[in-house]
Amino acid sequence: MDCYTANWNPLGDSAFYRKYELYSMDWDLKEELRDCLVAAAPYGGPIALLRNPWRKEKPASMRPVLDIYSASSLLLTSMLWKSGPVVSLGWSAEEELLCIQEDGAVLVYGLHGDFRRHFSMGNEVLQNRVLDARVFHTEFGSGVAILTGAHRFTLSANVGDLKLRRMPEVPGLQSVPSCWTVLCQERAAHILLAMGPDLYLLDHAACSAVTPPGLAPGVSSFLQMAVSFTYRHLALFTDTGYIWMGTASLKEKLCEFNCNIRAPPKQMVWCSRPRSKERAVVVAWERRLMVVGDAPESIQYKQLTIQVLLDRLVLRRLYPLAIQICEYLRLPEVQGVSRILAHWACYKVQQKDVSDEDVARAINQKLGDTPGVSYSDIAARAYGCGRTELAIKLLEYEPRSGEQVPLLLKMKRSKLALSKAIESGDTDLVFTVLLHLKNELNRGDFFMTLRNQPMALSLYRQFCKHQELETLKDLYNQDDNHQELGSFHIRASYTAEERIEGRVAALQTAADAFYKAKNEFAAKATEDQMRLLRLQRRLEDELGGQFLDLSLHDTVTTLILGGHNKRAEQLARDFRIPDKRLWWLKLTALAELEDWEELEKFSKSKKSPIGYLPFVEICMKQHNKYEAKKYASRVGPEQKVKALLLVGDVAQAADVAIEHRNEAELSLVLSHCTGATDGATADKIQRARAQAQKK
Amino acid sequence: MAFPHRPDAPELPDFSMLKRLARDQLIYLLEQQHEVDKLYKVENKPVHSSSEQLCFLVRPRIKNMRYIANLVNTDKLAGRTRKYKVIFSPQKFYACEMVLEEEGIYGDVSCDEWAFSLLPLDVDLLSMELPEFFRDYFLEGDQRWINTVTQALHLLSTLYGSFPNCYGIGRCAKMSHELWRRLEEEEDCETKGRRPEIGHIFLLDRDVDFVTALCSQVVYEGLVDDTFRIKCGSVDFGPEVTSSDRSLKVLLNAEDKVFSEIRNEHFSNVFGFLSQKARNLQAQYDRRRGMDIKQMKNFVSQELKGLKQEHRLLSLHIGACESIMKKKTKQDFQELIKTEHALLEGFNIRESTSYIEEHIDRQVSPIESLRLLCLLSITENGLIPKDYRSLKTQYLQSYGPEHMLTFSNLRRAGLLTEQAPGDALTAVESKVSKLVTDKAAGKITDAFSSLGKRSNFRAISKKLNLIPRVDGEYDLKVPRDMAYVFSGAYVPLSCRIIEQVLERRSWQGLDEVVRLLNCSECAFTDMAKEEKASSEALRLILVVFLGGCTFSELSALRFLGREKGYRFIFLTTAVTNSARLMEAMSEMRA
Repeated sequence: MDCYTANWNPLGDSAFYRKYELYSMDWDLKEELRDCLVAAAPYGGPIALLRNPWRKEKPASMRPVLDIYSASSLLLTSMLWKSGPVVSLGWSAEEELLCIQEDGAVLVYGLHGDFRRHFSMGNEVLQNRVLDARVFHTEFGSGVAILTGAHRFTLSANVGDLKLRRMPEVPGLQSVPSCWTVLCQERAAHILLAMGPDLYLLDHAACSAVTPPGLAPGVSSFLQMAVSFTYRHLALFTDTGYIWMGTASLKEKLCEFNCNIRAPPKQMVWCSRPRSKERAVVVAWERRLMVVGDAPESIQYKQLTIQVLLDRLVLRRLYPLAIQICEYLRLPEVQGVSRILAHWACYKVQQKDVSDEDVARAINQKLGDTPGVSYSDIAARAYGCGRTELAIKLLEYEPRSGEQVPLLLKMKRSKLALSKAIESGDTDLVFTVLLHLKNELNRGDFFMTLRNQPMALSLYRQFCKHQELETLKDLYNQDDNHQELGSFHIRASYTAEERIEGRVAALQTAADAFYKAKNEFAAKATEDQMRLLRLQRRLEDELGGQFLDLSLHDTVTTLILGGHNKRAEQLARDFRIPDKRLWWLKLTALAELEDWEELEKFSKSKKSPIGYLPFVEICMKQHNKYEAKKYASRVGPEQKVKALLLVGDVAQAADVAIEHRNEAELSLVLSHCTGATDGATADKIQRARAQAQKK
Repeated sequence: MAFPHRPDAPELPDFSMLKRLARDQLIYLLEQQHEVDKLYKVENKPVHSSSEQLCFLVRPRIKNMRYIANLVNTDKLAGRTRKYKVIFSPQKFYACEMVLEEEGIYGDVSCDEWAFSLLPLDVDLLSMELPEFFRDYFLEGDQRWINTVTQALHLLSTLYGSFPNCYGIGRCAKMSHELWRRLEEEEDCETKGRRPEIGHIFLLDRDVDFVTALCSQVVYEGLVDDTFRIKCGSVDFGPEVTSSDRSLKVLLNAEDKVFSEIRNEHFSNVFGFLSQKARNLQAQYDRRRGMDIKQMKNFVSQELKGLKQEHRLLSLHIGACESIMKKKTKQDFQELIKTEHALLEGFNIRESTSYIEEHIDRQVSPIESLRLLCLLSITENGLIPKDYRSLKTQYLQSYGPEHMLTFSNLRRAGLLTEQAPGDALTAVESKVSKLVTDKAAGKITDAFSSLGKRSNFRAISKKLNLIPRVDGEYDLKVPRDMAYVFSGAYVPLSCRIIEQVLERRSWQGLDEVVRLLNCSECAFTDMAKEEKASSEALRLILVVFLGGCTFSELSALRFLGREKGYRFIFLTTAVTNSARLMEAMSEMRA
């Protein structure tokens, strides 16, 4: 029988604990830790160790070495430090190692020692050097604060979105403060520093002296200060061996303790276990460790969310484990498996020893059509590693063609980008690519590209029509599109040109283009228009009045209305106006003039090509029944009934209809029989109908 | 009159949500976001306002950008500084920003978007109010609005569930459908779980059926549109209608009880109906006589208001009818309709051609003449070369030379073409492509395509039986088919296609028709599993007209719905008619 409880030891009255070895640490530390810069990431993250950080001038063998261990002492990477002297190390919330150099440069590494990027804490530092630096964590991300040789502080609250803030001067600060720390309060980062017996709070506007409430007297210097991880609490260690613990706002004291050790401690940190209500400060000296606690009070600890946990696994390239966790927790694909696979793919593209084909195939095999995976993001990463061909191969797997466009443009594959943009159906995207192409290619190549893409071409044409008329012309020219060129010049002849010579010239160009387009009809019509324009100009000069821009029909009408019958006749002959049109035209014009005499003369000039019903109609329109009747008698038999009805002669209309034995005409007349006056006529028609039926 | 729906006809979905959405968005945008306190119409003239800020709510058109740029630059010259905001609806286009930049005012204005695309004009009609869609897409080949259509469809499917059955015909319909599907997949949306409220969606390009849109309308609502122009669901009745000295703006929709009874009626019935209605109304007024005080009180408080309202509407519509009759019952209109019917049926073509020629010679109306020319061309597969030349010449002589460009537009859109023997054409084409490089051959094919795309109207008409055989008089009071909207002479092609596809639930058996419509590659069906849709939903059909629809088509489909127990709802890029189509194609001198 096993004795399960045998190795559990009591802790206090109600709890038990046991020691259980999970793994043994196998650091390989040759130097003493005191000679190293050490930084441990929060939440059991990696530990960075920089050995011999100050021995820069020594021979290569003695160069500093940067080791990164996992929290369980697994060596993740080890590399020679070839850059400048490092003042401080720290981990960002994204588990990036920030190495702050003396010259103010901050080098950023991944946890496998891969160099990511660098940035500078400002030019001022170049001269003054960095004396001290801290990495701190805020709700916005991770920040860096430095103290320069000029005893000024500069900080950036989020290195992901670098904005440097130079803090105001501390009056009277001539040497390095005895201790300092970064405080985050009300969404802003401040610096708390100690100078002799005084404490100062630096915000970006001012420097103010502060006093912790209930601080024991007799303090002549602060040796250490510590802020809790959540920035809620502060601990101060004084040269009298006295520890003050209170809120970081310096408004409340929690407790105090006199340890009677006056030596400056090597380290002082807040420590608390998750969900524990006990808060404590641990103070360490060379050979002594002391825990100072206070009365319980509830503290909430933010737990690592599952997303962050997964991120950490991904950073450690433990992809299969992460995927298993996702599957176990049944996370939705988009948040879980797909995301991890996408990360894996981004890592995969960095493997330079594998060929483009193999990488692309491997990625596609794993990812397939998994929802939420963006092939364009992976391709962007590949491009970032200098693998353009691979990026293009990967983009081919991207189902949303629109997503492919930005990267293709970046890679200067603009023509491919254009076809992808067109595929996406997003005209705005097409237009964006077009403007890229326009700047990138010479005009000829640009036009050639357009020519093969009708959708893009019509889009660009639309734009040119309004904004770049000359380009539009060039486009047509390039295409030998003479028909459209012709239309272009026609439009120009009445929109762009003012003077008559200019207008005629534009029309001439148009006519030439139409001939080239083998559109004789349009060419001839254009030439007619040139003739007409010139003539209208002459008419205006000679007769006055407005002729320009009238249609041919209206020009002739205007002449007749002005009494210039001869000119009208001449014009009609010159432009071969068909007889029918001329008769309609004259008829309408003369009736409008109410020149009944001239109208009658005209009607008798020859046999009307439009018949005489229109004469009846137009006279009736001008309410001249007398004239109308004259013409009604001349209307041919087919339209006679209509004409008679128009002039109101129902009886005679009935006679004609009966004579014609035309049923349609009979009903037409009948429908015009109104009231008593036409009673007899109606009867007559009915009789005729009855008779017709008998036969 | 106003036939009731079958008792099992489904309820229409509630569009008031869309209205509320649009209104709230607009109020929020103008009042909260941009602090607008006075509204003006954007017109091409200087602004006289002392405001510190000008805010423009505009369509994303280059013309509008130029207007704004002018205004801003004028202010600058005058040394005046104010804030300028441009709100683009339904979306901002990159080209517009480009223009603002080129005009040097990009830094002076701030831009915003209002993704508004669906305006409910009536209980069964949604309009995108994009009349420019027609010209942009069918003439200029500009696909910019397809994305807007896609967004609108997406919004509908998020509101009313996905559509289990989807049909469509036309290039634009196909593109919109594909983009829409892709969008739904990407958004991986909430619609998937929802029970569909609308069982079918049918997308149709305007160029599949130009004929119907080109015909004179003779149902009441269509006639009102042709005569007075309905804008955005309302019409301005002038003094000749209101029989007073001022115009009146009247909303025309299902809420107008008088209008809703006559809107779908053939005009010949409307007057009789209205006078009957007037008599009934008088009888109701007359009941007052012999009432005691209590009854009178009741009458005044409960009925009188309704009666007065009805009285007002009745007199308006009677006024409108009289005004229409004055214009339309004349000899001319009869002749016009007769010619149209002859064209549709394909007889007396010579006579119709002379009629059109006379129409042009007499300068009756440039738009009407153009409409008849197009109708002749489409029904006849193009004009014979001799007529094509002479009619165009006549037209230019009557209405001015700038219409050369109009003709070029109409040819490109396939509305007015020259007959070309089809076989000869393909022979030439294939010969040419063998001789020259691919690129040049492509260009030549392009050039030929508008000619090669024959309308085949006659053959389609025969296949689909669009001209009903009439024995005796067609009783317009008791319509027997959709042809009643054109006096019994013609069943609208667009509506017939929809009817046939819905009957078959696919394009099966319509291959020949589809081929004749030149749509072999762009007629599609997309069916999802139906089990989730209720039988009610499956009798609810959304018809989407890309490029516009006419009131006659709406009336015809409403009739079909009543016959078959369906309900139709309509989404159109804009309500159109023959005049609007022709104006969109015309080159006018500015």
